[in-house]
Amino acid sequence: MTETLQQLPPVGPTEPGEPPRIGPDPARWRRVRIGSGMLRNLLRPSNLIVLVCVLLVAYFVLVPLLYLLYGTFYDGRTITFRFFEEAYSAVGLTEMWRNTLMYAIGSTVLSVTIGTTLAYLTVRTDIPFKGLIFATALIPLVVPGILNTIAWIFLLSPRIGIINSWLEPIFGAGAINIYSIGGMIFVEGLGSTPLVFLLMYAAFRSMDPALEESALMSGASLWRTVRTVTLPLVRPALYTCALIMLVSGLESFEVPALLGIPVNEWVLTSRIWEALGHFPPRTGEAGAIATTLLVIAAAGVLWQSRLQRKSRAFQTVSGKGFRPRPMELGKAKPFVLTGLLLYFAIAVVLPLLTLIYASLQPYYQVPSRASLSALTLDNYRDLVSDGPSVNAIVNSFSLSLTAATCVMFLVAVVAWVVIRTNLFGRNILDSLTFLPLMIPGLVLGVSLLYVYLRFPLPIYATWWILLIAYFTKSIPIGMRYASASMYQIGGELEESANTSGATWWQTFRWVTLPLLFPGLLGGWIYLVVGLIRELSASLLLYSPGNEVISVRIWEMWSDGSFTEIAAFGMVMVGVLMVLVLIARKLGANIGVGLK
Amino acid sequence: MSTQVTVKDGRLAVEGLVKTFKSSKGEAEDVVRAVDDVSLSVEPGRLLTLLGPSGCGKTTTLRCVAGLEHPNQGEIAVGERVLFSSSKGVRLPANQRGLGMVFQSYAIWPHMNVRKNVSFPLRARRGKDRLSRKEITERADRALAVVQLDHLATRPATDLSGGQQQRLALARALVMQPPLLLLDEPLSNLDAKLREDMRFELKRLQRDLGVTTVYVTHDQVEALAMSDVIAVMSNGKVEQMGRPTDIYNNPRSRFVADFVGTTNLIAGEVESREGDRYVVTTPQGRLAARSPGDLATGAQVIVSVRPEHIQVAEGEASTSAPGVWNGTIANRAFLGDAVDHLVSVGDFTVRTRCNPSIRFSRDSAVHLTFPSEHCSLLPA
Repeated sequence: MTETLQQLPPVGPTEPGEPPRIGPDPARWRRVRIGSGMLRNLLRPSNLIVLVCVLLVAYFVLVPLLYLLYGTFYDGRTITFRFFEEAYSAVGLTEMWRNTLMYAIGSTVLSVTIGTTLAYLTVRTDIPFKGLIFATALIPLVVPGILNTIAWIFLLSPRIGIINSWLEPIFGAGAINIYSIGGMIFVEGLGSTPLVFLLMYAAFRSMDPALEESALMSGASLWRTVRTVTLPLVRPALYTCALIMLVSGLESFEVPALLGIPVNEWVLTSRIWEALGHFPPRTGEAGAIATTLLVIAAAGVLWQSRLQRKSRAFQTVSGKGFRPRPMELGKAKPFVLTGLLLYFAIAVVLPLLTLIYASLQPYYQVPSRASLSALTLDNYRDLVSDGPSVNAIVNSFSLSLTAATCVMFLVAVVAWVVIRTNLFGRNILDSLTFLPLMIPGLVLGVSLLYVYLRFPLPIYATWWILLIAYFTKSIPIGMRYASASMYQIGGELEESANTSGATWWQTFRWVTLPLLFPGLLGGWIYLVVGLIRELSASLLLYSPGNEVISVRIWEMWSDGSFTEIAAFGMVMVGVLMVLVLIARKLGANIGVGLK
Repeated sequence: MSTQVTVKDGRLAVEGLVKTFKSSKGEAEDVVRAVDDVSLSVEPGRLLTLLGPSGCGKTTTLRCVAGLEHPNQGEIAVGERVLFSSSKGVRLPANQRGLGMVFQSYAIWPHMNVRKNVSFPLRARRGKDRLSRKEITERADRALAVVQLDHLATRPATDLSGGQQQRLALARALVMQPPLLLLDEPLSNLDAKLREDMRFELKRLQRDLGVTTVYVTHDQVEALAMSDVIAVMSNGKVEQMGRPTDIYNNPRSRFVADFVGTTNLIAGEVESREGDRYVVTTPQGRLAARSPGDLATGAQVIVSVRPEHIQVAEGEASTSAPGVWNGTIANRAFLGDAVDHLVSVGDFTVRTRCNPSIRFSRDSAVHLTFPSEHCSLLPA
């Protein structure tokens, strides 16, 4: 064996300046193809672990996509575009596209405008209550989209909306109708503003304040400085951010489902849902729309990651870590402050108060002296004895904890392979982990349906199919956390373990994993929080008895148990709040990142 | 301090080591020979320094010995044990070589305390080499005592100062009593004062323990102060290997003369020769020089003279013998323990260094004396 080795090309080229690549001798992989000790080599524990991880990623990411394409373009007999024809010959196609675009673009404009303004005010001006802005940034982590949408229905429904009832004496009944494209844009835009805030906050922070200060010294006014210096500098970040929002608007399901479907305003995601709601389900048609959505989302994500690479080049202008003197708002301060408080009241206080109020009512009614004196905890009491709800909580936790834990271990190994070794194909592996980011939740659900309806693994309609969906969905975000922390660990820390006589597995367990732990923990909590809120994939894959929290809320909404939803939602908010607070206490970095 | 940590004897022999990298340009054909046919040998208990500018291949050579890089060709052996041999098809992985290594960044694991860091190599042993917990603690504490860190054994490693971390890394490298100790610029992260103290400390420890050591540095002062043998490297090759005084006083190439210490390099032509004594004509005047080499009359050469070997005296010279030049003081720099004069001889500038009590003012006329025993002849 060793004889053949020496004739092979040099192994393990390390570019000077690159982090050193070390470990279980990845070069061995190339040798494996030749030589008689192939099996023994392959069966080394370190190689086995790496191999298993690579296969897992490939399986979870590629199989659903291939099955989706297979089911969409193959009708059992031939390759066909029939399903596309069916999907696109449906009535109201132009309207659906118009709705989809208006909804995605509208909510993006709204969230990017508000989010960027908030970020700038927080980073660079002397506005008070900065803590308040940060508090609002955590809200979407704890109030899931479906709950937020329901809260807004309580507020702005033409029939039962609280605000509409207040406005009735002046403007007449149903002055503002949340069931409209405008309403959808409003709720989705407000809901995704905090993510824009976090992304733009990072962008503004990395900008050298001296650039702005020198513009001021040159005699420019504050507004002129913002326009001619600040905005051009953060433009790449701004574009990236807008694209992320656009894609997430296209993919979002809760808002179009709850606010659009009742008034026949369709978008791509709600059409997929509708196609699957027929009996028998029109899976081909759903697949055709899902493929379309996949292509658009993939294009958006790829474009965005290209922009992000560019914006990183832009960020080399970042200066030293000194605290810049904040810009004075001067006379504008009271107005800006009023705007900020108004935003806080509308985006955070109103929906939450509405939910709390609703959860304390025996049946849903617009607040009045009578209703406020009849507050009751009955809904919470009933919740404890409501089997399906308790079951949903158990399911949500078992699923998200299991998926997050497995994913974080997997991506730790994968990040190690990608960053520390020069294994053949590691770049492909890196791209694979990125792929699920392009798959909208609903599309993932459709794909997994395809796979496990046909695949001889008996997991269709079980807890396991949900676990697979959660697992797949978590890989990209987990990978971001793991590779970011892997880059922060100097290669010498592992090399010194290696020269100390430790095997690959000893090094990984005793040195790499403990050092990665804070980063992995941050990712883990972020994943758990995100998975507990997940709705669109779960909705397609759950089966009676396997409901998760968000699905249970969806069911209760369909049953019209409004006050019970509010109580259930408040419990969920409480739980997520505790998780987020624990994360903050542990100093884990959560929040910034793709959706 | 004592030799409580006994170390096995180790002779390092490196033969014909070659290590290539693909060029960063990404062209498949472009191959950089980072280590180009390097042969070294270090006697047991001696300290060899690999000295050279960054990118000369010294660290790559060290990493090849450690097993962190895989050479393309050559042979590496410690004592009787072959660690790598391209002809015999031997390549021991780093974790089976049992060598001690101190990294430039120290690579102290921040999630372990001081004792855990030191005992790691012992805890990593498997199978029949496994040690009892008691023995592990004892041996770790003994290694810590050697570097005088035993009182900090239970502290988190991140609490240590730079100098202490450096000693901790050293203790960790010594705890498994390696036959060979590898040091990769271990002092470069310390501040100047501490670096000088640690230089002596490290040398004393190495001599007390009698551990064969390979030391990588780009700092020539460090190399001269610490080494038994210096190998000056450039472009992946060993330019010259020898005792520090040899390297300093009798450099064999222009590169070595220039890189180790400060020197004046004066180009000229051999005028006449008598045994090992030569007379060289330069555009500035004639010089008497010595060289063990065989150089013909008329050969182009470079004369290397250290600034501190040139004598400066007031006024014009009264002789026209070789090695005495007239010049004027162009500039002066006071360095504390010495004073440098830049002396213009025609359009050439000679750097001299003398005792700070000797000071000439600018533009004053002086004459320089170049002692022939300090003028080395190098191939041009």
